[in-house]
Amino acid sequence: MTRSAIAIALFAIVVALAPLVVASDAWLNFIVLALFGALMAQAWNVLAGFGGQFSFGHAVFFGTGAYAMAVLQVRLGVNAWAALPVALAAGAAIGVFIGALTFRYGLRGSYFALATLAFAEIFRILANTFQFTGAGAGLQIPLTKSPAMLQFDARTGYLYVVLAFVVAGLAIATWLKHSRFGAWLQAVRDNEEAAQALGVDAYRVKLGAIAISGAMMAAAGAFYVQYLHYIDPGLAYGPHYSVEALVGALVGGMGTVWGPVVGAFALHLLSDLTRNAFGDVPGVNLMIYGALLVLIVMFAPRGLAGLFAALTAKLRGSK
Amino acid sequence: MNAVLLAASRVSKSFGGLRAVQDVSLAVEQGSITALIGPNGAGKTTLFALVSGFLRPDEGEVLFGETRLAGLAPHRIARLGMTRTFQIVQPFANQTVLENIAVGAHLHHAKRGDALERARAVAERVGLAPQLDKLAASLTIAGRKRLELARALATEPKLLLLDEVLAGLNPQEVAEMLPVIDSIRRGTRDMPGVTVFMIEHVMQAVMNLADHVYVLANGRLIAQGSPRDIAHDEAVIEAYLGHGTAERLKAAGREQ
Repeated sequence: MTRSAIAIALFAIVVALAPLVVASDAWLNFIVLALFGALMAQAWNVLAGFGGQFSFGHAVFFGTGAYAMAVLQVRLGVNAWAALPVALAAGAAIGVFIGALTFRYGLRGSYFALATLAFAEIFRILANTFQFTGAGAGLQIPLTKSPAMLQFDARTGYLYVVLAFVVAGLAIATWLKHSRFGAWLQAVRDNEEAAQALGVDAYRVKLGAIAISGAMMAAAGAFYVQYLHYIDPGLAYGPHYSVEALVGALVGGMGTVWGPVVGAFALHLLSDLTRNAFGDVPGVNLMIYGALLVLIVMFAPRGLAGLFAALTAKLRGSK
Repeated sequence: MNAVLLAASRVSKSFGGLRAVQDVSLAVEQGSITALIGPNGAGKTTLFALVSGFLRPDEGEVLFGETRLAGLAPHRIARLGMTRTFQIVQPFANQTVLENIAVGAHLHHAKRGDALERARAVAERVGLAPQLDKLAASLTIAGRKRLELARALATEPKLLLLDEVLAGLNPQEVAEMLPVIDSIRRGTRDMPGVTVFMIEHVMQAVMNLADHVYVLANGRLIAQGSPRDIAHDEAVIEAYLGHGTAERLKAAGREQ
């Protein structure tokens, strides 16, 4: 536990000091977006990696966080810092809502995945319909560049905000590794019946996990709105961020503390490298990106973290 | 006679046209080892599932101490102090032996450290101490059976339902497990004794351990009594060896 805390602190310090070393906006933007990806991957990891409940529709939480942030500021004039906890709570509430509807009726595996996908689509259509959410035109939050409004002149400010969320995510994942709730959640993941026989209330445990996961994903959505000042139904509830969240966790290693962070950084690096190398011919970068993803999933089914663990075990064995 | 810890009265369960358990009444005394035997397909595991909340009886009532169990979810029943094991072992395969047992220990120990300490003590008791850091998936069948027992024991139950924890073990392994089960019932200095209700095919175990035996065949209770009585019960012999067997055995005995 203390070793994990030291590792997280070291990570936070190194990333926080990065702006001193890399001054270019392009690199800072890279770090911010990778951290943003890590936050989403960690959110997905809490529910799927630790809880075994695979969601294809995490955008439902992302969009809810984003819209809560935007609507509160634009329509109700709420300060961004005050809106932030509301956005997180909204993500958790939607999580409990979806969890209550799906887990109560025992939806598992692909059935649960499809249900989450359907919820994301329903919310996309709803956001597209009502004037309240700006309908198809979306919502633009006023540009102030003031830290009092959770906006910043330089990218460094955003980096610290998203870093704080990622560190909180790492702390949550570490807590899951060393707590009763985490032990129960992983027991439900591995064998729900056996867990129930040992006194685990599987339904409650899954509800707790989806609430935490929903709040974390909503944090990513809220951050997105502050960083890019705009949201529309397609961006908020479309499949893009559902996929980014799950791919980051899959590539990095599900059910591990660091996997989602490693996965998100690796994916962003890969994506930028292929775009730089093959950007002239449209689509080639995506083909290569896709092919590499397939290779990773084929040869490292437990993700990069799993690959790393297997390699160190081998090295230790050969000594 | 000791107090009755578990009592089923006139419990029935059907699956479509199959009447898996019919009108079964039985009692497990506090501090006893009670065995449930019967041929394959007799309804033994179904009866366990009915008692532990995994299935709901169509009719009849189950009392655990003073508490009526009808309609309670399995985790609620486990919290009341009754924990079952599974005939087909159900380890949390990707977790270590210690982590597996700790899941059970967490039922009454909220702190991770307490649960791990408890899990180590239980592992010691069932002979899993040398394998604490192994993945559950890498255990032999005998190891998995021990793990199934350890996890249930870690919930600190008043009543353990053991579903064929000896099946698939070789005679040596069975001989090693018998004193473990007996010591669970008797208790040790720091762990109170646990009443045991076990489904078992290994007759050596039933004869050595059980105080009282119930025999189930085709969903009905056909006999009960001490292990010695049961071994000579005609209805039981016929249920296992076929109709008319008892008669033929007797005839064979007269000729000699």
